[in-house]
Amino acid sequence: MAVIRDVMPAFDLLQPGAAADAQKLLQKHGEDAWAIAGGLDSFDWLKDRIKKPKVLIDLSGIDELKGIRTTAGGIEIGAMTTLTEIAEHPRIRDDYALLAEAVEHVASPQIRNQGTLGGNVAQDARCWYYRDGWPCYRAGGNICYADTPVGRNREHAILGASRCVAVHPSDSAPALIALDAQFVILTPQGERIVNAEEFFVGPEIEITRLNILRPGDLLTAIRIPSAWAGAKFYFEKVRDRNVWDFALMNVASAMVVKDGAIDRMRIAVGAAAPRPLRLKAVEDAVRGKPANAATGEMAGRLAIQGAVPLQFNAYKIPLMRNLVKRAIAGVEEAA
Amino acid sequence: MNPITWATSPWGREVPIHIAWYLMWLALIAGLLFVIVHALYVGFVAGPKKFARNDAPETLAAVPERVPRHSMAARAFHWIMAASMFVLLFTAFLPKAGIKFNWVAYHWIAGLVLTVSILFHIVHASFFMDFWSIWPDRIDLRDARRRLLLAVGKDAPLPDRFAKYPLENKFYHAVILLSGLAVICTGLFMMKRVNTGGLFTRNPYLFSDMTWGMMYVLHGLAGVGLIALIVVHVYFGIRPEKLPITRSMIFGWMSRDFYLEEHDPQRWAVPDNAASTKKRGYQASDAD
Repeated sequence: MAVIRDVMPAFDLLQPGAAADAQKLLQKHGEDAWAIAGGLDSFDWLKDRIKKPKVLIDLSGIDELKGIRTTAGGIEIGAMTTLTEIAEHPRIRDDYALLAEAVEHVASPQIRNQGTLGGNVAQDARCWYYRDGWPCYRAGGNICYADTPVGRNREHAILGASRCVAVHPSDSAPALIALDAQFVILTPQGERIVNAEEFFVGPEIEITRLNILRPGDLLTAIRIPSAWAGAKFYFEKVRDRNVWDFALMNVASAMVVKDGAIDRMRIAVGAAAPRPLRLKAVEDAVRGKPANAATGEMAGRLAIQGAVPLQFNAYKIPLMRNLVKRAIAGVEEAA
Repeated sequence: MNPITWATSPWGREVPIHIAWYLMWLALIAGLLFVIVHALYVGFVAGPKKFARNDAPETLAAVPERVPRHSMAARAFHWIMAASMFVLLFTAFLPKAGIKFNWVAYHWIAGLVLTVSILFHIVHASFFMDFWSIWPDRIDLRDARRRLLLAVGKDAPLPDRFAKYPLENKFYHAVILLSGLAVICTGLFMMKRVNTGGLFTRNPYLFSDMTWGMMYVLHGLAGVGLIALIVVHVYFGIRPEKLPITRSMIFGWMSRDFYLEEHDPQRWAVPDNAASTKKRGYQASDAD
């Protein structure tokens, strides 16, 4: 394919100073617009000339989208807050250490300095067939090149696939689901607030997007309620290179233990499915049980029910089973 | 405004991938326009239907109060096909219109139901019904010319009444047959592309990208064509003067009066066994 690398196509650069202005610009330019946060996902697309927006809307000058604020019900993190700020923020480290740990596992320090929380949850799939501009389902075509007998699908989904088998690559997304976060979206119809798990969407519903953001929508903030502040958290990311890589799979959980038994729990896994997957059946099954290896074993087996491996990713099934087990029992006990 | 969406294959070749989705709106508008124009024509321009009549008294005496028209098997086929067709259209086009839901499984399951029902219909119509009753014959064409001449104010003999099916009905059947076969044949191959729970073994490389692309385009064109066809069909189904025909697709029979008004007993004879059930009238007749 004749692709000119590293030379971005021409576009108009718009730099609004307010969220409302940015939303209006996104609405005005619709499908032709591209919102850029930290730019780490965007520049790949632009330099490879796979995506060719006519208008680039740079959100970096919008101060109201930055920062971490304490609210009556918890905290609110601006969508343009960098991952480093989140990882280092004292309130987050004290009360929501799950998120701090999750964002610390994102890529490298340089990328975390530039990358934002909004960008991390709204980033696109990493399937190389898709990223290379092949006309797959996710690109609007009619085939999945990864889900074939010879397709390179080691990193792809074992659950929730529907035609497209690419996984959601975010590390922060499972943590936000486990913390029962809410996403604040500015839409042409006004402000819309959705639960974290509803922000992400699978290919069975929307095959060309990973989330519910439509042209004209702007993710402005993420709110984390205090309900899970100070809970027992667990985050683990498995990747090929521990210094810098996307997850082969990650798990995030928040658990409240009372009298030796699990009182309530939220758990989500990433890179197992086309959307970060909340394991509701596991949450229900472990309630009232001790947080030990036996419960973890049971939860792990439950978590992988319905998993369908592709040609080269069957390893993800025991990986997911063990990650869920470790999230419940802790590394030492699970071993 | 290219009606076909193209993409570059991994081998650098321009291939079609599907129709442009604006065609579904075009088909819907075309169907609705036909409905409006036809309703205006019938309401304000067209005169009453006139037919040549020369029924012998013994022929009239043999016609029961309820004239059997569609057997239970034929009606069951029609409504199963209709249900599957609506499921297919809604699952195919609502997501394109912005109403998002998990549609793929419903779509191919409805497609299989449609396929089985069409296969049944082909066998049923070929061996258990009057196969030729749905195809235009010489008299249909002659009468169509006469009706056209009379409609534009020219002199022409009165046309005969219809056989079992009016000519328009026969043309509609032919067009929907072509569209239906196109979506079914392409759809069956397309099931090799998706996960059907083991029913079909996936093989996305069964054909070349170009062949697959043409298949998706044909599937899409026939699909949007069906939007217009179904709009028109539903419209005729609920038009007041067509309600006796619609009712016959539910209850199996039409009234003696309607039969004698619109249908020629010489061209569509009432089955002999129907005459003996004059009051209760209906007895399923596959003989047509």
